Amino acid sequence: MIRRSSTKKTGTTNPSASADLSRTASGKAVTKELERIGQLFNSYSNRATNMIEPEGIEALCSDLGVDHTDVRILMLAWKMKSEKQGYFTLDEWRVGLKSLHADTIAKLKKALMDLENEVRKPSNFLDFYSYAFRYCLTEEKQKSIDTESICELLDLVLGSQFSHQVGSLVEYLKCQNDYKVINMDQWMGFFRFCKEISFPDLKNYDPDLAWPLILDNFVDWMKVQKS
Amino acid sequence: MAEPNKIIMLDEGWSTINQGITKLINILEKIPGESQFDSNKIHERYEETFENYLRSRFLPAIHEKHGVFMMREFVERWSRHNVMVRWLSRFFYYLDRYYIARGSLPKLEDTGINCFHIIVHESLKVQVTNVVITLINRERDGDEIDRTMLKNALENFDGGLDCYVDDFETAFLNDTADYCSRKASLWIQEDSCPEYMIKAEELLKREKHSVSNYLHSSTEEKLLEKVQHHLLLDNAQLFEKEHSGCHGDDKTEDLERMYRLFYNIRNGLDPISTAFKQHVTSEVTTKNKDKVAVAMQEQAFVRRVIELHGKYYAYVYVTISFKKDNLFHKALKEAFEVFCNKKVGDSLVAELLSTFSDGILGKVGAMRNWVMMPLRKPLTRLYACFLLDDKDLFAGFCKKKLARRLLFDKNSTDDDHERSFLSKLKQQYGAQFTSKMEGMINDLEIASDTQNIYKVDYTNKYDYTSNDIDFNVTIKKNRKLTFLYSMGSCNGTGKFQKKPIELIVSTHQAVVLKDSFSLNVEFTDKMRRIKIPLPPVDEKKNVIEDVDKDRRYTIDASIVRIMKARKVLQYNNLVTACVEQLSRMFKPYFKSIKKRNTDLISREFLEREEGSPNTVGYLA
Repeated sequence: MIRRSSTKKTGTTNPSASADLSRTASGKAVTKELERIGQLFNSYSNRATNMIEPEGIEALCSDLGVDHTDVRILMLAWKMKSEKQGYFTLDEWRVGLKSLHADTIAKLKKALMDLENEVRKPSNFLDFYSYAFRYCLTEEKQKSIDTESICELLDLVLGSQFSHQVGSLVEYLKCQNDYKVINMDQWMGFFRFCKEISFPDLKNYDPDLAWPLILDNFVDWMKVQKS
Repeated sequence: MAEPNKIIMLDEGWSTINQGITKLINILEKIPGESQFDSNKIHERYEETFENYLRSRFLPAIHEKHGVFMMREFVERWSRHNVMVRWLSRFFYYLDRYYIARGSLPKLEDTGINCFHIIVHESLKVQVTNVVITLINRERDGDEIDRTMLKNALENFDGGLDCYVDDFETAFLNDTADYCSRKASLWIQEDSCPEYMIKAEELLKREKHSVSNYLHSSTEEKLLEKVQHHLLLDNAQLFEKEHSGCHGDDKTEDLERMYRLFYNIRNGLDPISTAFKQHVTSEVTTKNKDKVAVAMQEQAFVRRVIELHGKYYAYVYVTISFKKDNLFHKALKEAFEVFCNKKVGDSLVAELLSTFSDGILGKVGAMRNWVMMPLRKPLTRLYACFLLDDKDLFAGFCKKKLARRLLFDKNSTDDDHERSFLSKLKQQYGAQFTSKMEGMINDLEIASDTQNIYKVDYTNKYDYTSNDIDFNVTIKKNRKLTFLYSMGSCNGTGKFQKKPIELIVSTHQAVVLKDSFSLNVEFTDKMRRIKIPLPPVDEKKNVIEDVDKDRRYTIDASIVRIMKARKVLQYNNLVTACVEQLSRMFKPYFKSIKKRNTDLISREFLEREEGSPNTVGYLA
């Protein structure tokens, strides 16, 4: 339902965002900034589809000096509210770069450094975290992601903050056979688990609460591992 | 006051009285200079008289004596004091009528008693109480005591219930508590539980008696409560240590006594019913553990359980041991519930039970009327004692068995019996439980009706054996016809060396027979026809799987139903509501509820409330 509401949200914010842009376009500086952002877009986009495609993103990454699997690229995508993995549309590009105040590669590079701090703020992080899951849903009506990708994603977004928890979770996910895919609810559960549960003693974990079953199983597995 | 020993002569006395009379006449004649008596002073003097008397005569006389003698003196003087109060208050009667009434002062009699209370009672109450208690204890130990004296002694405590309670009753009750605890700890070492109960009942009776003899009636309730508490309730070990003695077989009299004793105590029956439950549980479990479980004889097993149930049922209902008390009804029910939901050996009780009913129903059909009656009886009792949590599982087994009976023992099954069996199940478990099975029997009936119609209508036009199926399909459009080839059978003849033997095989076996294999040509048997049994299939596993699948839908439906009504609910409450709703069918595992809940969340029927992940909301 988070997904549903957020698609609604992006659906409504996009037009208003562009309306915003046209209204403020009267200011000269703004017009110029927009122009430069558009030019930057054109330097990476595919003319035929008017989108930055995977090749363009790779080029962008190398210009920025970061790997395309770097968490900051995911954060950039979050900032752009990019809908489709591996593709940036012009609207998305404008929304993202404008809010980062970046109209050159050099500025973008710099902004990217600050972006991580912004994302790690508690008020933003939950949104980013759930975005990370949605971003990986590439197929129509896809609702879950295979455990292997989940392991990578977990490490990417939570690894630096909760390295022990992520380490154990990944180990568990890799050795169990009950779950081939992870859904949004479980994904959100992982984060809540990392945030709330004292680790590794797990003493405040209560399986009678509404934790997703996979976490009950994980906790059981942890206990077996320990003993 | 005059000296006690000096005799007052009439003239001397009369002259004193005459002074009074003269004064009276003067007042009546209104002769000046004659003042009225000062009532105030007379009243004070009246009180002083008592005080002097009590201090100078009463107390010293009492203090000289001790124990029972003190008490006797006390009672004696108490009655004398009463006489004195009566006389003196008559003497000054006019004070009562006018002075006291006008000034709303205490009455003369009350003043007299009050003086006694303040002077004598206050200084002697501890001693008197002690003596009274000592005497009561002596009586408890079998001595004869002077009950009238006791009663009289206690009367002086009656100056108001407050002082009876404060000065005597509390001390007495405490002493009683000590006494009972002492007795209890003594008896519990020496006696068996039934003996203990006999003694306890006697003691209670005696105490009750003593109340009616010399204690205030308001003490009875408190006294009995104390006795019961210390003698019966405070003795958890009574049941732990001796419960086999109490619940041993055929001791209805002991049980009755025990029930009687505990009946009047608030929550008093709880420990007994708990002990009863434990006893029944362990009895049923141990008696069914060894032989039966190993041999897997469901017939013997079920019969034995029914027997045991009958026995304990009798305690609760037939004989009056437990007077049909709800508490014991519940205990019995729960005991069997515990047992019925354990595994017996490798098999589930639900499975054994269905096999048992299958056996009986098959037999009933097969033997028709002549042996039917004795077999029917166990069936009636069967479902009263088997209280299963997993009723759906039992239903699953029953369905399987019924299907087999209907398909294979077609000649031996009796629809009426099947129906009466089902109606019993329906009574016990509800319509939901039997609807599918009833449908099966109805289907068969419809099928045979259809067949008859078909035969009548079409025999002349078609060769019905070839068109049977088409016909059925047209009539039952909304039904799916599935052929269970695996249920078919095939007759083959094996040409063995000694003699040919007819082999009845299932479809699968017949298919296998077309394969190449080596044949034991020397095989022979005294039978001319042999039914080759199938290797045992794990029917249990199938049934459990099917039931599990059904449960998933049932839990889903239950959760959605609850959430639709409540909209937003704490997860814990949802689980509780769900368990309650489903308990009629089965006892769901918390884990399966959680699983269904998370599944419903991911299918967007439900959502976690923002900010409180343990609260679930309904998505319309």
